[in-house]
Amino acid sequence: MPYRLHMLLCAGTGCVSNRSLEVKEALEKEIQQRGLESEIQVIATGCNGFCGVGPIVLVQPDGIFYQQVKVRDIPALVEEHLVKGRPYKKLMFTPSKEAEPIPKMNDIPFFGKQMLIALRNRGLIDPENIEEYIARDGYKALAKVLSSMTPEQVIEEVKVSGLRGRGGGGFPTGLKWEVCRNAIGDEKYLICNCDEGDPGAFMDRSIVESDPHSVIEGMAIGAYAVGILQAYIYVRMEYPLALKRFILALDQAREYGLIGENILGTSFSFDIEVHRGAGAFVCGEETALIASIEGKPGEPRAKYVYPAQQGLRDMPTLINNVETWANIPVIIQRGAKWFSSIGTRDVSESEQGGSTGTKVFSLVGKVNNTGLVEVPMGIKLREIIYDIGGGIAGGKRFKAVQTGGPSGGCLPEELLDLPVDFDRLLSVGSMMGSGGMIVMDEEDCMVDVARYFIDFLNGESCGKCTPCREGLRQMREILNRICDGKGEDADIQKLEDLSELMVEGSLCALGGTAPNPVLNTLRYFKDEYVAHIKDRRCPAGTCQALITYRIDAEKCTGCALCAKHCPVNCISGEPKKLHTIEISACIKCGTCYDACRFDAVIRK
Amino acid sequence: MKKLTITDLEKLRQKIQEDHTVREGKALATINLHMGTCGIAAGMRKVMTALLQEIEAKDIKNVRVSTSGCAGLCSREPMATVLIAGQPPVKYADLTDEKIRRILNEHVLGGNLVKEYVLAVGSERVG
Ligand SMILES: Cc1cc2nc3c(=O)[nH]c(=O)nc-3n(C[C@H](O)[C@H](O)[C@H](O)COP(=O)(O)O)c2cc1C
Ligand code: SF4
Ligand code: SF4
Ligand code: SF4
Ligand code: FES
Ligand code: FES
Repeated sequence: MPYRLHMLLCAGTGCVSNRSLEVKEALEKEIQQRGLESEIQVIATGCNGFCGVGPIVLVQPDGIFYQQVKVRDIPALVEEHLVKGRPYKKLMFTPSKEAEPIPKMNDIPFFGKQMLIALRNRGLIDPENIEEYIARDGYKALAKVLSSMTPEQVIEEVKVSGLRGRGGGGFPTGLKWEVCRNAIGDEKYLICNCDEGDPGAFMDRSIVESDPHSVIEGMAIGAYAVGILQAYIYVRMEYPLALKRFILALDQAREYGLIGENILGTSFSFDIEVHRGAGAFVCGEETALIASIEGKPGEPRAKYVYPAQQGLRDMPTLINNVETWANIPVIIQRGAKWFSSIGTRDVSESEQGGSTGTKVFSLVGKVNNTGLVEVPMGIKLREIIYDIGGGIAGGKRFKAVQTGGPSGGCLPEELLDLPVDFDRLLSVGSMMGSGGMIVMDEEDCMVDVARYFIDFLNGESCGKCTPCREGLRQMREILNRICDGKGEDADIQKLEDLSELMVEGSLCALGGTAPNPVLNTLRYFKDEYVAHIKDRRCPAGTCQALITYRIDAEKCTGCALCAKHCPVNCISGEPKKLHTIEISACIKCGTCYDACRFDAVIRK
Repeated sequence: MKKLTITDLEKLRQKIQEDHTVREGKALATINLHMGTCGIAAGMRKVMTALLQEIEAKDIKNVRVSTSGCAGLCSREPMATVLIAGQPPVKYADLTDEKIRRILNEHVLGGNLVKEYVLAVGSERVG
């Protein structure tokens, strides 16, 4: 019998950690008990991107979206939806307390404004079964290029699409392929960069976990276009599930004749091997990554020649990011024209300019809806943060949005209407990077944010060249000093001078872009630096050395809640009368600030 | 698994895609079965099984079977509504295995209402 309903249960990393596998077991058991197993199919999918409300279940063909599904909800869900056919309100997404639940996935703003190309199959297929990918037009683009396109035509198509690298640099993909095709070498190699070392980023992991074949198909098309027989997928060690899905997908693709000898019965042969990364952030940089595959220390080398000309084992090497590869099959199938109609490319711009297609972002920080989102290039920051992200959590004020990973920048409220694309982000001193997006509110100190990223980069610098190694170390010292309330008047100038040195003198892009978090916060939030240095004050109330807690005599009701919670018992007062903090004993833990229900504790 | 050629891949795709129309939410017609308490008591489950079996036997891929709650007319259960894009919904009552098979074959596939079982035709909201 055909299944009348498919229940697509999210088994991505986020939902699994929220026990979605137990939910699956309970669901299957309940369905069996009700004798529905021949009518209803349960399928485990990859991440839907809305991990914050997981575990997620999508019921098709009805399109009903259930969230925060727990084992104890299963009997009622099965009874209501599967038996009686009444969508179960209790598990639907509800944007706020006053709002009505939203039954359909596409009507939820978090999903509605997204446009899925790289993540086209997320939540819709079982990533461990190649036939599910094939059903969604998988490997159709590969069949198309092998049967009806010359390698030159494939490269031309990718060039015309305007696709630029999604790994951070934004280099035009078609141009890179052409350089590599024209480069001379006995052998050529292809690499998929799945290192993803940005703290908090999970774009590439999610693509691989939910749809590994989209990446493999893109790689096979690239190999055909450039003339490559052997490829490597470089996966960071911390991604066991992505690694497992890649290996399984490769086995299945080989079994079906989609990689290996004589692919799809043609004369084209090509194979892929998986390589486990060492885990350092700098190993994601392409020359360091190549060194690491060669078995050498993962350090970058000077880029006098591009890897596309001379890379792995000194042979021409085509290296692209996971998300870049995942876009390729769609471009081939739907055409370069269609792809380039999405995004922000003016007619006046050259073929290489502008930003076409979509970008995947991991939206995190102080927004109501965090998660993984894929949006068309040119979407405004405001739409991502307020429509998809549902605005700032806890009714606080927006302060900045950080894009571009550790070497990116913090953009202020005035720039919320900036269309998001490669060139515009660069023009305001940030960058696209690989797609991290951290939203910050009034309680985030911008000096402290800069310090956090400089500290991270200082730990990740490979130390090969002096400007990066020493520059980062000194920057970190200066920023620590400012946050500790010991900043000196000359510090801002010193930071600027160091930045200039590092930009000019560093060997690789890690050092070259490392001053960004400082330069950017100085550009938009200089007043916060000045407040720390001149007034010994942290306006956001983050830097412990610079804040004191006091109780507002007007607002305090004398409820004594703060005193009850203070870990060092430094709050005193008669019941129902004003309470006071003994400042010399206070350890600035902030407990009283969070505990008071009358906003009477002041942090300044 | 034998290694695929380009034609094999297309054939395989067509075969699997047909099973996936449910997943994509695409269908020519929807047969909505009312499964309120009394619908189930009146034997709707048996009617549904008959319908699903007929769909399988005929290898029909583009008809969707859905369920909904009480239709407010317990005495005429089991009931079903046939929804075809661009046509008013048609409600049938007092169903049996044989009747649902005729509705599928004559109305959904053949395009002719099974007049003797029709309860109502019109754009009233169902479900
Ligand atoms: C410090 C540093 C870290 C990088 N990390 C990554 C990474 O994790 N993943 C990635 O795809 N590219 C990373 N890159 C960019 C790569 O060097 C390279 O540009 C990219 O893999 C090329 O693919 P694309 O053109 O498809 O973006 C990093 C670059 C630098 C300088
Ligand atoms: S810039 Fe930094 S990370 Fe890059 S090679 Fe020099 S020391 Fe290493
Ligand atoms: S919790 Fe707030 S209102 Fe209550 S005693 Fe402390 S400061 Fe006053
Ligand atoms: S900040 Fe912590 S230590 Fe200081 S008064 Fe409040 S609760 Fe006590
Ligand atoms: S893991 Fe389920 S939504 Fe991300
Ligand atoms: S339960 Fe069937 S009509 Fe009321």
